[in-house]
Amino acid sequence: MGSTTLKTLLMATSVLASAGFAHAADTTLTIESWRTDDLAIWQEKLIPAFEAKNPGIKVKFAPTPPTEYDAALGARFDAGSAGDIVTCRPFDKSLEQFKRGNIASLKSLPGIENFSPVAKAAWSTDDGSDTFCVPMASVIHGFIYNKDAFDKLGITVPTTEAEFFAALDKIKKDGTYIPLAMGTKDLWEAATMGYQNIGPNYWKGEEGRLALIKGTQKLTDADWVAPYKTLAKWKDYLGDGFEAQTYPDSQNLFTLGRAAIYPAGSWEISLFNTQAQFKMGAFLPPVQKAGDTCYISDHADLGAAMNAKSKNPEAAKKFLSWVASPEFADIYANALPGFFSLSSTPVKMKDPLAQEFVSWREKCKPTIRSTYQILSRGKPNLENETWVESANVINGTDTPDVAAKKLQDGLDSWYKPAK
Amino acid sequence: MSTADYSQSDKGQDKRARRWHILVFLLPAVIVYTAIMILPLAETLRLSLFNVVDGQSVFVGFGNFQTLFGEPRWSDSFWNALRNNFVFFVIHMLVQNPIGVALAALLSVPKLRFGAFYRTALFLPTLLSFVIVGFIWKLILSPIWGVSPYLMDLVGLKSMFSPWLGKPSSALITVSLISVWQNIGIPTMLIYASMLSIPEEVLEAAECDGITGWSQFWKIKLPLILPSIGIISILTFVGNFNAFDLIYTVQGALAGPDGSTDILGTLLYRTFFGFQLQIGDKSMGATIATVMFLIILTGVCIYLFAIQRRMRRYQF
Repeated sequence: MGSTTLKTLLMATSVLASAGFAHAADTTLTIESWRTDDLAIWQEKLIPAFEAKNPGIKVKFAPTPPTEYDAALGARFDAGSAGDIVTCRPFDKSLEQFKRGNIASLKSLPGIENFSPVAKAAWSTDDGSDTFCVPMASVIHGFIYNKDAFDKLGITVPTTEAEFFAALDKIKKDGTYIPLAMGTKDLWEAATMGYQNIGPNYWKGEEGRLALIKGTQKLTDADWVAPYKTLAKWKDYLGDGFEAQTYPDSQNLFTLGRAAIYPAGSWEISLFNTQAQFKMGAFLPPVQKAGDTCYISDHADLGAAMNAKSKNPEAAKKFLSWVASPEFADIYANALPGFFSLSSTPVKMKDPLAQEFVSWREKCKPTIRSTYQILSRGKPNLENETWVESANVINGTDTPDVAAKKLQDGLDSWYKPAK
Repeated sequence: MSTADYSQSDKGQDKRARRWHILVFLLPAVIVYTAIMILPLAETLRLSLFNVVDGQSVFVGFGNFQTLFGEPRWSDSFWNALRNNFVFFVIHMLVQNPIGVALAALLSVPKLRFGAFYRTALFLPTLLSFVIVGFIWKLILSPIWGVSPYLMDLVGLKSMFSPWLGKPSSALITVSLISVWQNIGIPTMLIYASMLSIPEEVLEAAECDGITGWSQFWKIKLPLILPSIGIISILTFVGNFNAFDLIYTVQGALAGPDGSTDILGTLLYRTFFGFQLQIGDKSMGATIATVMFLIILTGVCIYLFAIQRRMRRYQF
């Protein structure tokens, strides 16, 4: 008897479900994403804003956990069941989907002209001729500092390297605070918050990055070794036992008020705002000499693409054009302070710390992390090697020159720049 | 139908009876084992002979192995991982197993008080997840919040504390010792069980002959538990050369600092699945997996043919 009831129920649900599909008059777009954290923002702010303007299109945000996203998405593309809109990882992972014909070219999408070539670099073919994702958000590197500590010690915000180290010396001499909250245990902190944070000032941002890809500059050139020489000097200003200090340790040291300066990425802003009990400020990676042009790492992190086999291409394009619009940029960037819109139209941020970060775009030249485009395709992987070597330089395991040589040798072993 | 009938026909079939039931009963186990062990193993071995050239899977013979051992970068990381793995194993053999035997000997002392408590306490870490063990020890050894610098400070040894997990010279030893801490319950329990199975008469006879205390342990108990020690050694060997999880939770997939804790398992993981921007390479991953399989197979064979056959067994 139980089984008949079950059967009836199953029948009923399947009939109902198919009826539901048959009667749906609206077009439904499904968004694939790994940003499970953003579910509330999409459901409460972004989707209602879009649906209000585009009656007849319903949008569903369907995230998969970050660690499973790439594999799950690949399987869904193969099975033909992937959503209409796909959130893009930067660089090679999305490029591969484009090459396989899974995501469509967006070169002629209305609204794509709102983005600069640097912003689009993460989702363009190697020669830059075609673009396949709408840039959604980037993260900016810099330093976040404890304003109360700076006021107490009478330190002004440093703008040059000399001022930066003078400030560190002062904090160290006072002894109340650990000058710099950074550890080398997790390796990537040293590479991302260290090398990629201060590096663009030395290798002149895009100029150096593109020259490295072209093969006209090498990692052993003075401009590329110099950031390592500076990093090696950081060692004296890190906390006790920094070799075993993990990324969460560094975050906690700073938010608990035990450290004065935190080499940061802008994604920390929301967390720090909720945890830190003191006033915070941010400053640019210090330039070498007063008056030098400043460069910042404004790294593309998130984009949106259209499934090439989407059944609703028109609706999907409409949606992507909206993602490219200033309206989307405004809602998204303010809902997630620290993830900045890549749109050329400046967005006014309500969060002061985020506003400080984003204001640097107006006076500095943006670039992306040097290892991400093209250069991390082979084995050994340049990005992973950079993690290891950056930590080695700070730990004193390798000298800056040795580290640079190791990186360049690794790159030379597989990378042949196009002549 | 009479019973006599039944038994007669039964007898008639007996000679050429196919014992179908054997097959039927074996089948579930064979199917499951084939599906989850033999097929993946065969597929791994096959994959190690193929590589992707221009998007096509091509048979390359031993080409992948040539790359692994011939190209300096591959072979450097491979030999580094193998060396670290060997150190990892040696530390287990030198620390975990002798302490395991000693603890078992202490536990089997008949007049021991709170024996059940010690047994449970010693075995408890083995039941914990690797993630928990890794996290606990990272906290204990943390130079910032850890209890170890504080405790060492209390006894005036603060100067001897250093961020062990973060230094290339000490990270591997530290991780090995964490693993020893976690797994010590297994040799202890196995040896304890085999010590309990030593008959009372043997020990009484020894006592009558005046062999007591330490010499009783060396002369009577140790020879009797040698087969168990052999089994433990081989379990340690297989476990250590397959190890991955603790290193991954404590030191991350890059097994830092400077690759000093990289063992075969973490090298395989990074190669096969990729890491961060590094895209996974299934063929080379399978090649490393095959080499690991061969190393373990060789080790086990040496044990089975060279050691276990010569081991003397005592029957009571």
